Amino acid sequence: MGAKVGVVALQGAVGLHVEVLRDLGADPVEVRTPEQLSGIDALVLPGGESTTMSKLLDSSGLRAPVAALLADGAPVLGTCAGMILLATEVLDGRADQQSFGAIDLTVRRNAFGRQVDSFETDVVIDGLAGGPFHAVFIRAPYVETVGPSVEVLATVDDHPVLCRQGPVLAAAFHPELSGDLRLHELFMKGV
Amino acid sequence: MERATGTDRVKRGLAEMLKGGVIMDVVTPEQATIAENAGAVAVMALERVPADIRRDGGVARMSDPAMIEGIKAAVTIPVMAKARIGHFVEAQVLEALGVDYVDESEVLTPADEAHHVDKWVFTVPFVCGATNLGEALRRISEGAALIRSKGEAGTGNIVEAVRHLRAILGDIRRITQADSAEVYGWAKQLQAPVGLVQEIHDTGRLQVPLFCAGGIATPADAALVMQLGAEAVFVGSGIFKSSDPATRAKAIVEATAHFTDPHIVAKVSRGLGEAMRGEEIDKLDVKLAERGW
Repeated sequence: MGAKVGVVALQGAVGLHVEVLRDLGADPVEVRTPEQLSGIDALVLPGGESTTMSKLLDSSGLRAPVAALLADGAPVLGTCAGMILLATEVLDGRADQQSFGAIDLTVRRNAFGRQVDSFETDVVIDGLAGGPFHAVFIRAPYVETVGPSVEVLATVDDHPVLCRQGPVLAAAFHPELSGDLRLHELFMKGV
Repeated sequence: MERATGTDRVKRGLAEMLKGGVIMDVVTPEQATIAENAGAVAVMALERVPADIRRDGGVARMSDPAMIEGIKAAVTIPVMAKARIGHFVEAQVLEALGVDYVDESEVLTPADEAHHVDKWVFTVPFVCGATNLGEALRRISEGAALIRSKGEAGTGNIVEAVRHLRAILGDIRRITQADSAEVYGWAKQLQAPVGLVQEIHDTGRLQVPLFCAGGIATPADAALVMQLGAEAVFVGSGIFKSSDPATRAKAIVEATAHFTDPHIVAKVSRGLGEAMRGEEIDKLDVKLAERGW
C-alpha cells in the first residue's frame, strides 16, 4: 500500500482528490476527526468554502492536531480554499477566519471575482515536464505577496497562483478538476 | 494565455466546491449574515421562504435586485438566487447582478408551462430540481450544472426528499445493471436522452453533483439525506422558521459535515429549541414538486 494521505473532508471537493490520489497509488483517507489523522504521511486541504472549513476545523477539534502535523513538516497540498487555510495572511476574508500560516503568503480571497468570472486556462508550471497545465479557477484567490523563502511556480496576470515553501504546496486553482495528475504527482514526490 | 469562462467544468466545478455543505435560504442581508456565521457554504436569496409562499399564496417571483445586492454585500460566500421556471429574463437579470448560481425553481410560480430555460447560453451556472432521474436528465440536457432533489419545500417534512432521492439514486443503480438493449428502454421510460443514460450506465453516477432540498428541518434530517447519497443540502424554511435559527443552522452544518457519525449528530441536536412546525403532505393544497416536467 502507498503512502497514507489524509484528505481533510470537513467540506468541499474531497472525492476528486481521493480519486486522483488513489490513481497515483497512494492510500487516501478522509479526515473528519482527530483520530483519523493517526499514521498520516501527508495531508491535502481541498477546495471548498474556507470560512465554513475554518469553523469546522474548530468544532471538529482538528485545528490543533493539523497545526501540529504542519509544524512537524508533514507534506501538504492546499488547493483554493486550502491555499487560503495554509497562508499567513488572508485579505477579503472574514474577521473570524483563521489560517495555519504554514506558507509565507498573503492571499486575497475571491481575487479573480465571482462565479461568472471563474475560468479555465493553461498555465506554465516551473519545473513541470510535459507542457502547460490546464488549470481551473473557481471564485479563486491569488497571492498578493510572498515571503523570501517561497518559490513561485506559476502565475496568471503576474499574480502567483502556485507556490511552494519546503513541504507546503499551495495552488489557487483546482488540479483535481483537470484530469491531469502531474501536480499531485509533484506533491507525492515529496511524500 | 486564453481564458474560458462559463464552461461546463467551471460551472460544475463550483458545485464540487459546495459539496458536504449547507446552502441556506435567506430573505434579508441580516439572515444572510446569520447563515454565513453559522458556516453556510452559500446562501439562496429569495423574496419569501417557501413556508410563507405556501401560506400567503399569490405569484412568487425573483427577488428585488436591491435585496440581492444587499445580500451579496453582506456575505463573502457564494450567493444563489431563484428564477421562475422558463423565465429566462429573470435568469438574465440574475446573471447581470453577478449571482453565483441561478436556481430555476418550482418554489416560484412557473412562467412557462412547457419549456425550461435553455441554460447552455448562460455564463452563470444553473441548479434545477428533480423528483426522478428522467427529470434530472432532462434538466442536465438543457444545461443544468447541479441537480437538487425537490422534496416538498416549505413543509419541514422530509418524506418527499427521501422519496425523490431514492427514486433518482435507485434508478442510477438499476441502470448500471442494464444490458445494451435495456439502456434504450431506460431512455424511453425516463424520457431522457439515450446518450446521458448510456453515460450513467458506464459511470454509475449522475453527470453533475446531486444535492437535496425540500423539507430538511433538523440535523438528523440533513444526515439522513447525506447517508442516502445527497452530496450537500439546501435548507429553506427549516432554519428561519425555527425558534433559534443561528443555533439550528450551526447544528445542521455540523451534522452535514459529520453525517456518518451519530455521536456528533446527537451532540449537535441537543437543546435546539423548536423545529418548524411542519405539514403533512396529504393535507397540502399545492404540491410545489409537481411544477416542472
